[in-house]
Amino acid sequence: MSDIVNGMLGAFRLIFSLDADLFEIILLSLQVTISAVIIASFIGMPMGAWLAVNRFKFRRLTIAILNALMGLPPVVVGLIVYIFLSRSGPLGVLNLLFTPTAMIIAQVIIITPLIASISHQAIRDLWADYHDLLISLNATKSQRIFTLIKDSRRSLLTASLAGFGRAIGEVGAIMIVGGNIDHLTRVLTTAIALETGKGEFAFALALGFILIALAIIVNLAIHSISKTERASTW
Amino acid sequence: MVEQILPLSVQGVSVKKRGKTIISELDLELSKDGLTIIMGPNGAGKTTLLRLLHGLEQPRTGKLDWNTNLKTARLNQAFVFQTPIMLRRSALENIIYPLTLKGASKSEAMREAEKWINIINLEQSAHLNAKLLSGGEKQKLALARALATKPQLLLLDEPTSNLDGRATKEIEALLNQTRKSGTRIVMTTHDIGQAKRLADEVIFLYHGKIHEKQEAISFFKKPSTKEATAFLKGDIVE
Amino acid sequence: MKFVAHLLVFISTILFSNSAYTAEMKLAVTTSFNNSGLSDVLIPEIKKDLGLDVQLLVVGTGQALKLGRAGDVDAILVHSKKAEEEFVSDGFSTHRREIMYNDFVIIGPSSDPAKISNSTTTVEALGKIAKHKSIFTSRGDDSGTHRKEKSLWKAAGKDPERFEATWYRAVGAGMGATLNTASGMNAYLMSDRASWLKFGNKGELKLLFSGDPVLFNQYAYLPINPLKHSHVKIDHAKTLETWLTSKKTQKMIGAYTVNGETLFTPNAIKKVN
Repeated sequence: MSDIVNGMLGAFRLIFSLDADLFEIILLSLQVTISAVIIASFIGMPMGAWLAVNRFKFRRLTIAILNALMGLPPVVVGLIVYIFLSRSGPLGVLNLLFTPTAMIIAQVIIITPLIASISHQAIRDLWADYHDLLISLNATKSQRIFTLIKDSRRSLLTASLAGFGRAIGEVGAIMIVGGNIDHLTRVLTTAIALETGKGEFAFALALGFILIALAIIVNLAIHSISKTERASTW
Repeated sequence: MVEQILPLSVQGVSVKKRGKTIISELDLELSKDGLTIIMGPNGAGKTTLLRLLHGLEQPRTGKLDWNTNLKTARLNQAFVFQTPIMLRRSALENIIYPLTLKGASKSEAMREAEKWINIINLEQSAHLNAKLLSGGEKQKLALARALATKPQLLLLDEPTSNLDGRATKEIEALLNQTRKSGTRIVMTTHDIGQAKRLADEVIFLYHGKIHEKQEAISFFKKPSTKEATAFLKGDIVE
Repeated sequence: MKFVAHLLVFISTILFSNSAYTAEMKLAVTTSFNNSGLSDVLIPEIKKDLGLDVQLLVVGTGQALKLGRAGDVDAILVHSKKAEEEFVSDGFSTHRREIMYNDFVIIGPSSDPAKISNSTTTVEALGKIAKHKSIFTSRGDDSGTHRKEKSLWKAAGKDPERFEATWYRAVGAGMGATLNTASGMNAYLMSDRASWLKFGNKGELKLLFSGDPVLFNQYAYLPINPLKHSHVKIDHAKTLETWLTSKKTQKMIGAYTVNGETLFTPNAIKKVN
């Protein structure tokens, strides 16, 4: 138990010490994860909407695969991205391995199925609601998808935040493709893994609490910007 | 000048759902003017017939012959559902939406929407999310949304079945005005009183077939089938 | 639209920020080397003397060799002689250059139930643990340390493959995680001295046996062969090799202490091809 208390105290001490290295790590964590969430949202949301409004032969199979991919172990994603980006791999010439870009790629792969799947569920429910009206109003296919995405934006925000939650706490994949290089690819989670390995539990926990605080702040900020979770807008 | 989509000729149309025949080899001529009310017991196929006219149901056999091509016909009719489907947007935006779909500019759509919000007395709630409106307000909004698109044919499925007397009165007033302005109306209702107040013509539907189609006055005075007679007397007709 | 533009700027700053034209190279090192803290001393010195940014990838010896074979790093610093020689003979490096050695130690519960602390040889100490079936945690991850441990069991006439899991626990993890596990189970284990000294979660554990020459652990530096991977920064790798083996650096390595204990003995030899 004393480790946890020390961790919390350590977290405060760290933050108020305004340690430049710490802020570098926090900033990189946010940059990598937010970039990944934005890219994954631009891929996952239209994908979810498209799956919700179209009926095609392998629809059930596609949705089943999508849901299964949500449980994809990050380490496996990390390995696959590593193999592709490695100098000996097909995309080696891009020289992206052990860069923040590689970490973003891995996170996009990890969270796109999650965002697509949650978006699909939200948009499917809305589509059930809107179906007759949109057909009655002669909305074209792209107008339907656009309308559904626009009107389920609050649920889609939840999808993005779920993706953010998964990505900000992810360590397995970014450790492999980022390499946890000091001042280059070290983020909060890989730093925590490193400190745990050194047996520095209090410091690792302090970083952990900072990570949790960061996730809470981002969630609150997004909600207040988008004015969700307020009765009057519902 | 937009082409007239009516008259419509429905020939030998059948609709089956889950193996059950809902509409059976139905023929119908729909003239250019007036307000037609489709009546009949539960399960007679009233809603299905209305949805069929709007293209929400596809016929198994037979065809619908509009005065124009199908696309023009679709673009010049509107539908009001029994349970109003509201977009998760403000009341004003609910009216704006179909107008922009049809290619109206934002300011144009806005002006039109504000006009209709005034007509249905929803100025106070114009910027409120439509889901927060009362049942009557929602149905008035749905009707305004349909009318704002200036349809030649307006289809309504039991538009007042869930509403109180005051809301029903407002809707009926609006429908009377609409008829006067030359819009063709076809609607279903359970309410015999409403049918008597509004209808120019009555179609009595029974087991997916049209049993009677005649002027409202003569239908209510002397229905020609025994099912319609029983229905009007308030007996249970299966 | 302005929002989207901001997003694009935000994403692109990070996507393209790492293409700066500073002198830099990637070096894969083992966990034990990094845990010692020596890298924290050497890296700034390298920057100062050579103007070279050395980016460390801290991995196990097995993974370091793999990264080298794939050409994902410019040089490696590892400790597993047999694997290194194979690496050179396969052509992935032109040569291996010995830099320094440290040593492995045997750690265990302070009560020392198997009574190994008065052993004279490593073989004797390990034999006692096996006989007593005291809980022993092994890296079990095919790292340099793990390979060393297996070879010591073999020297003691035992086959670790046949040990029962009731007492021999192959963790399959890095040095830190294995130390944490041993601390939690109050178990024996073999660790490099540096990781042990720097470890912050010792609990009931204590250093029980060390000093046997078979426990010495030789580190070697292997630059990646540009004939295999033309993109590697062989010039930087060569410069770094010269620096690591220079008199000044060797002295610095020998002078590095943790809690007053010397960790590394520099022993760079003349370059052999």
